[in-house]
Amino acid sequence: MSGPVGALLRGVARYTLLALVLAFFALPMLWLASAPFDRNPRVTASLPEFTLENFRRLWENPNAVNSLASSVVLAVGSAVVVVTLSALAAYALSRVRIPGRDGLLYLLLLLSSIVTGTAAMVPVFLLASELGLVDSYSGVILVLSGGLLPAAIFILKDFTDTVPRSYEESARVFGASPLRVLRDVVVPVVRPGLATVGVWTVAQVWGNFLIPFLLLRSPDKSPAAVVMYTFYTEGGQPDLALISTFSLLYSLPVVLMFLFVSRRYGFRFHGGIKA
Amino acid sequence: MAATGSSTEPEEGAAPRAARKPHEQDAAGLGARRALAFVAPGLLVVALFLVLPALWTLYLGSTDYRLTGIPAVDPQFVGVENLTDALGDDGFLNSLWLTLLFVVGSAVLGQAIGGFALAWWMRERTGPLRAVLESLVMLAWILPSSVVAFLWIAYLDRDDGTLNALLHTPGAAWLLDHPMLSLIVFNIWRGTAFSMMLYSAALGNVPRSHLETARLAGAGPLQQLRDVVFPAIRGHVLTNLLLISLWTFNDFTPFLITAGGPDGRSETLPVFIYQTALGSGQLGYGAALSFLMLLINLVVAVVYLRLLGRKRKEERVDDAPPAHARQAGAEREVDA
Amino acid sequence: MAGVPRRTALAVLGAGAVGLTGCGTPLDPREDAGGIALTVAVNAISGGKNSEEAEWISEWVIPRFVRAQRARGVDVRVDFAPSGLDDEQYKTKLALDLKARAAPDVMALDGIWLGEFAEAEYIRPLRDVVGGDFAEWPGWRQIDRRVQALARFEGRLYGIPAGTDARLLFYHKPLFRRAGLPEEWKPRSWAEILDAARRLKRLPGVVPLQINAGTPMGEATTMQGVLPLLTGAGGAVAKGDRWYGDTPALRAVLDFYRRVYRGGLGDPKLQQEAKGRDKSFAAFADGRLGILAEGDYFWRDVVAPRTGTSPMPHRDREVGYTLFPARAPGEALGGRDHVSLSGGGVHVLNPHTRHPQQAFELLTALHSAAALRAQLDGTAKITERDDVNAAVLDRDPMLRFAADDAMAVTVFRPPLAAYTEVSSALQEATAQVVSGTAPKRAAAAYGRRLQEVLGGSDRIVD
Repeated sequence: MSGPVGALLRGVARYTLLALVLAFFALPMLWLASAPFDRNPRVTASLPEFTLENFRRLWENPNAVNSLASSVVLAVGSAVVVVTLSALAAYALSRVRIPGRDGLLYLLLLLSSIVTGTAAMVPVFLLASELGLVDSYSGVILVLSGGLLPAAIFILKDFTDTVPRSYEESARVFGASPLRVLRDVVVPVVRPGLATVGVWTVAQVWGNFLIPFLLLRSPDKSPAAVVMYTFYTEGGQPDLALISTFSLLYSLPVVLMFLFVSRRYGFRFHGGIKA
Repeated sequence: MAATGSSTEPEEGAAPRAARKPHEQDAAGLGARRALAFVAPGLLVVALFLVLPALWTLYLGSTDYRLTGIPAVDPQFVGVENLTDALGDDGFLNSLWLTLLFVVGSAVLGQAIGGFALAWWMRERTGPLRAVLESLVMLAWILPSSVVAFLWIAYLDRDDGTLNALLHTPGAAWLLDHPMLSLIVFNIWRGTAFSMMLYSAALGNVPRSHLETARLAGAGPLQQLRDVVFPAIRGHVLTNLLLISLWTFNDFTPFLITAGGPDGRSETLPVFIYQTALGSGQLGYGAALSFLMLLINLVVAVVYLRLLGRKRKEERVDDAPPAHARQAGAEREVDA
Repeated sequence: MAGVPRRTALAVLGAGAVGLTGCGTPLDPREDAGGIALTVAVNAISGGKNSEEAEWISEWVIPRFVRAQRARGVDVRVDFAPSGLDDEQYKTKLALDLKARAAPDVMALDGIWLGEFAEAEYIRPLRDVVGGDFAEWPGWRQIDRRVQALARFEGRLYGIPAGTDARLLFYHKPLFRRAGLPEEWKPRSWAEILDAARRLKRLPGVVPLQINAGTPMGEATTMQGVLPLLTGAGGAVAKGDRWYGDTPALRAVLDFYRRVYRGGLGDPKLQQEAKGRDKSFAAFADGRLGILAEGDYFWRDVVAPRTGTSPMPHRDREVGYTLFPARAPGEALGGRDHVSLSGGGVHVLNPHTRHPQQAFELLTALHSAAALRAQLDGTAKITERDDVNAAVLDRDPMLRFAADDAMAVTVFRPPLAAYTEVSSALQEATAQVVSGTAPKRAAAAYGRRLQEVLGGSDRIVD
C-alpha cells in the first residue's frame, strides 16, 4: 500500500498499537496512584475523593514506619556486604588464574536457587539459631548475602575483566600496593558495575519475604515485605486504605534509587538484576 | 546508555575460554596468596550460608522428614524414594507442565519478543512518548513483588476490578477461569523491561553502516532484521533467553497472585514445592523436589551455554569481518 | 558482621544430622541482666490481626502478672511476641522455634495442631513440664471436660484451652422475607435447606447459599462444611484412632455439595477465590447472600454492628441463626436431629522453658476469670470457664443459644495427629465436586488419598 491514504492508515495503526502497549503497562498501576489518596479506596482504580488521611493513619500504625526503617537497614547492610566481598573476590578471580573457577561459579549460582526457596528453610533456620543469629539483622544480612554473592561476583567479574591491565601496571610502576591499586585505579573504573550490584542487592533484599520472616522475631525489626502481610489479614479482610498507602511508600525508595543511580552513572542494568 | 560495549555483557566469561586473555595475567601483582585472601571472605559467607544449607537440603531430600509429627523427631532415610515418588506424582507432573507453559508463554515468547519489539521501536526515537513508555515498562519491573501482586489481584478482581470496568465484562473471573493465561500476561508485563534493556544495549552495537548497506542493497525491514541484526546480536539473544527462562522458572510471584489455585490449575513448580513443604509440612519430599528443580535448571543452563559456546567459536573465526561479508548476511553462518 | 562466633563451620558441619542440631542456643540474652524473663506468643498484633487480643495481653495481663509476682518477691519481666500472619505461617514459625528450642515460654496453638506438635516432641504434657502441681490450679474445675479435651492428646493435658465455639447456619432475614420464607427459620432436613435456597434463587442478584468448599478456605471448609454435614448424615471422620475412608455418609455429603454448586444454589467461584471467605462475608452483609454456614465468630467479629469487619448496623434484627439439621430427622450421629461442630485454641508451654513454674503461672494468668472478663470487655463469647460463661452469655441471646442449644449437640474434631492432613484431603474432595467430578469418584479419590496420607490402610476403618 502506498500513497497518502496508505501512509495515513499505517500511521493510525501504529499509534493505535502504541496506545494499546501504553495502556497494557499503565493500567495495572493506576490503582497505586489513586487509592492512597482516596477517602474510601475500593479495588477499582477511580478518580479519588482526595485526602491525605490515609497517610496519617499509616503514620500512626506502630508497625508501618518501623518496618520501612528495618527494610533500609537490611537492604543497606546487605548491599555493603555484597558489594565489598564481591568486589574483592571478583577482582582476584579476574586477575589471577584459579583452576576450575568458572565451574565453581556456575555451581554456586545454581545452588543459590535452592537456598532462596522454601525447601532450605529448615537448614537455614537451624543454622542461624546454632550461630545465635536468630532475631538479629546480621543473621538476615548474612543469609541473604550468601545467596546473592555468587551472582554478584559473576556480574562484577565481567566488569573488572574490561579494565585494561595497563592502568594497573602503570600504577604499580609508581609503587602502589595491590589494595591501593584496587581502590584508586580499578574501583573508579568499575564504579557502574559496583552500582549495578549495589542496586541489584537492594532490590532483592527490599522485596524478600521468606528470610526475614523466618529469622526475625521482634515485630519492630520486621521489614516492610513481612509487615505488609499483617495488613492483608487485618480482621480477616485486606485494609485497602492501609495497603495502598503502604504499597506506595514501600515502592517509592526503590524507584527513587533506580532513578538516582541511572542518572548518576548513566548506565543500564544488563547483568541480571533479579536473579 | 553506556555499558554498550559488548565486552561488558554478561555472557562474557560465561564460557571458559581456551586461550586466556591478557587481562587475566596478574597485572596488579596480586600473587596467589593475596588473591586467596581477597576471595576468602566472600567464599566463607557463601560456604556457610549457601553451600551448607544447600547440601543439608539435599540430605533432607533423602529422608521422610516433616515439620511436625513423628517424622519430625525421628526422620527415616528413604534414599531415592522421594524422587521416584515425584515422578509418579500427578501434582508434580501437572506443575511441571504448567511451569513449561509459564516459561515458554511469558518468557521465551512474551518477554523476549515484546522486549525486542520495544527496543527496536525505541532504537532511533527520542522524545516524551518514548520516555513515558520506557518509564512505565521499567516501573513494572522495579516495584516489589508483594505490591505488584496486590495490584494485579485488584486489577483482575471479579467484582470491582479495573479491567472488568474497562472491558464492560462485570463478573468475569479472570484468575479463576484463566489462571495460567492471567499469570502469563502478568509476567510479560512484569519482566519485559529486562529484555528491552538488554536488546537496547545490543542494538546499539549493530553498526549503522551494515544496516545502511543492507538497505541500499534493497533489503526490507524484515530482511534487515534477519540478515544483519539478528546475527549481530545472537549472543545477547541467547544470554537473555537463558536468564529470563531461569528466572521465570524459579519465580514465586504466582503464589502471591493465585496461590496455585483454583484446584492446582496455576500451581507452577515453586508454588507446588511451597505447598508441599509448608502447606503439608513434608519437608523431605519438598527438598527432593527442589533437587529435581535444580537439575532442570542445570539442564536448561547447559543447553543455552552450549549454544552460546558455538556462537563464540564462530565469532572468533570471523573477528572483524569485512563489511561486504555481511551484506547479504546469510553466508555469515557458513564461515564458522 | 560481628555476630559470627568462632565455633562456626566445623561444629555445624559435624552436627549435620537433623536430630542433633537442637542442642540449645537459648536466644535470650536478657537473662544475664538478672531476674526472670518470659515471653508469650499469640498470633495477634496491635494494629493488625486480632488487635484487641494483643492489646489485652500486653496492657492488661502482663502488667498485672508482673505486679503480682513482684508482690511475692519475684522479679519477672514478660515480653509479648506478636505476629499477624496466616495461621499456616504462624504454625511453621512456632514449629521451627520449638525445634530449635528457642520458642516463647507460653504460646497459642490451634487445638488441631496439638497432636502433630506432641508427636514431634515439640510440646510435652503439663505434668512433665511443671510437675504434678499443675492440677492444683483452681481454674480446672471451671473448665468442662469436653472443652478440656481440646488440650488433650492421647489422654494427657498439654495446656489450657482458650474458649470454644459453635457452628451454625446464619441467614439474612430481609432476603427471607422477600423470598416469602419464614423469618424464624428452623430447617429440619437437608431438603428443607435446599428448598429455601431454591426460593432465594428467584431473587435477582442473590446467591442463595454458601457452604464452604475447596482448599482456599482451608479449615473453614472442613469445619463449616464437611464435618457438620457428615455428622448430620450419621457419619464421622474417625473412630478411636482409625479413620473412615469412602463411606456412604461421605458420598451423601459430597452429593449435597453437588446439588448446591452444580445446581446453581451456591456460587462455585466464590469458593475458589483466595479471598473468597471474606467476599462471602461482605456479600452477606450487603444482602447478596441468603444462607451462610459459619462459626459464632461470624456473629461476634464479622457482622457486629460497630466493630465487625463487614458490620451490619441492624445485625440483631436482620441476621437469623439456626442449628444445622440432620440429613433427615433422627439421622445425625447418635440419632440426633441437629448437629454443630466446635473447636478452639490452646495455650501451651515450651517444654524447654527455663522457668516452668513462672511460665505456668503466666499461663494460668491468661485464664483467670478476671482476665477473661477484661478481655470480653462487655461483649460475649463462649469462654473455657463455666463461671465466666454464666456471667457473660446473657449479654447476647445468640451466644446464649450457641452455648446452650448448639453445645448440647456439638461434636469436636478427633484429637489425632494426622487430622490436618486428613482435613486437607476432605477439602480437596469438595473442590473436585465443585468443579464437576461425580461425588462417587471424589469419595473414592478421598479413600485413596487417605491411604497415602496415613501410609497404608492399617489405620483406616474397613
